[in-house]
Amino acid sequence: MAEMLDLTVVQAHEAIAAGELSAVEYAEAWTRAASDDELNAYLWRPMDGDSGAIAIEQPRTAPVAVKDIFCTEGVPTTAGSRILEGYRPPYTATAVRKLIEAGAPILGKLNMDEFAMGSSNENSAFGPVLNPWDRGRVPGGSSGGSAAAVAGGLAPWAIGTDTGGSIRQPASLCGIVGLKPTYGAISRYGMIAFASSLDQCGPLTRDVADAALLLSILQGADPCDSTSVGLPEAPHPPDREDLKGLRFAVPADLARDAIESGVREVFEATLATIERLGGEIAEVPLPHAEHGISAYYVIAPAEASSNLARYDGVRYGMRAETSGDVIEMYEATRAAGFGPEVKRRIMLGTYALSSGYYDAYYGQAQKVRTKIAGDFAAAFGDFDFVVTPTSPSVAFGLGEKTSDPLAMYLNDFFTVPMSLAGIPAISIPAGFAEPGGGGPQLPVGFQIAAPAFGEQKLLDAAHALEQAIGFDARPRCSGATYASIDGKNRTGSGGGGDE
Amino acid sequence: MAGELSGILEHVDRIAELDLDDVEPTSHVVELENVLREDEPHRSLDRDVALAQAPDPAGGAFRVPSPQAEG
Repeated sequence: MAEMLDLTVVQAHEAIAAGELSAVEYAEAWTRAASDDELNAYLWRPMDGDSGAIAIEQPRTAPVAVKDIFCTEGVPTTAGSRILEGYRPPYTATAVRKLIEAGAPILGKLNMDEFAMGSSNENSAFGPVLNPWDRGRVPGGSSGGSAAAVAGGLAPWAIGTDTGGSIRQPASLCGIVGLKPTYGAISRYGMIAFASSLDQCGPLTRDVADAALLLSILQGADPCDSTSVGLPEAPHPPDREDLKGLRFAVPADLARDAIESGVREVFEATLATIERLGGEIAEVPLPHAEHGISAYYVIAPAEASSNLARYDGVRYGMRAETSGDVIEMYEATRAAGFGPEVKRRIMLGTYALSSGYYDAYYGQAQKVRTKIAGDFAAAFGDFDFVVTPTSPSVAFGLGEKTSDPLAMYLNDFFTVPMSLAGIPAISIPAGFAEPGGGGPQLPVGFQIAAPAFGEQKLLDAAHALEQAIGFDARPRCSGATYASIDGKNRTGSGGGGDE
Repeated sequence: MAGELSGILEHVDRIAELDLDDVEPTSHVVELENVLREDEPHRSLDRDVALAQAPDPAGGAFRVPSPQAEG
């Protein structure tokens, strides 16, 4: 049994096609694995009830776990927020519908930072997810449940969303593969909106071949999302074994001082591996990338403040009981329903959009976005890829950064520029490093970014590099369980100093 | 929270120093023409289904407290 769960999805599909493995037994084994969640990764599983509309008769694709940001007909969908407690969407997100149509049973809905706002999963109203490598540490976020489930053996693969790094950063901190596709590659229909010009669905998987397969199921234009265009062609399995003739750019102004020394060593070693495989490496200026965080933390909160106006206690979700008028009801509902990080971003966003400040903040941030996209376009004139560490650090401790929102935001330093430029980027596990403060070694991610719609070339190169790195370690399932931190962190009040 | 927001705005303010007067703002990264569909009616959610998620549906509508403050 354990052996079948050790297979990648591509390997499992091959075994099923060869008649060596039963698709039904494989799916049942994963259902059992998911039922044994000690990481607080799942918010809902079919065993918790209400699964009618998404049940499938005959599995044809490996079961998949879904970030709880995807509307799923008849199934609780919370986006990690109290304000959507009790919500049962009347329709299913296109990404999930495509998975169901491919014959993939839905294993469950995965925990996340509230409305995808966070880099540690500590902003979930339903408690933090634990990192399977060290349960005293965060899995990253906002797709923390997705990354922990795949790394921790609770799902063979999962989908998440990435607005400024929310797939890549948790994939890095949990030692798995995470891909943010080109903006528009996958439909956002039914994906609860955070920052609409940045949000993108993508796969979190054990290896690059699984990411290619999951992307091939998910991608495509959708009449229900007018910003979706799909990929030029569905990805085929990556099979490249070398990197000959490929040019990799390292940002010349890469903030090396801000990177943990262990992470920096793994990054440098990976560059050496690229050269050994025949790839060329050179530095390239990306002068505006350093302003990515500033631009992002104007644009994303501005869009969020608009998108989250819909949670008002009228049409769905919770309503706070009040005796006053409708305005009082709105205020009480939003005060009770939203957590501190969401409130912080709504306030930042409304401020940045307010009359008199619009040009200085939102307008200026959109211009920085143009410059960052231009930096990448210039780099891709000479290079095939831009590479960075995915995250400046390995997984940090639960509670370590919750009192300083800005320090939390800086986790996204290397992932935000690609989001602003709308280009695809993948994080692959590249090795292990000791945390800055000492302690057992933890996974380190390596990020590769490609031009828009360059997913196939990106997957091919990432596959070649992954094979050469040979990262095949899995977390040992030991240590504290979720129950042991119950009561301390479960209130979901983290994120950055409560009010 | 006021102190935190000031700290974030201080960081964000760095972009105010950049000279970007001649730069066009980017609101959307993918080149898209107007996306239109045929003007044909298609099914949408039934009213009862849409109302089923409301905290206080009544008479085929969403009921809210009176906009007039009471008392």
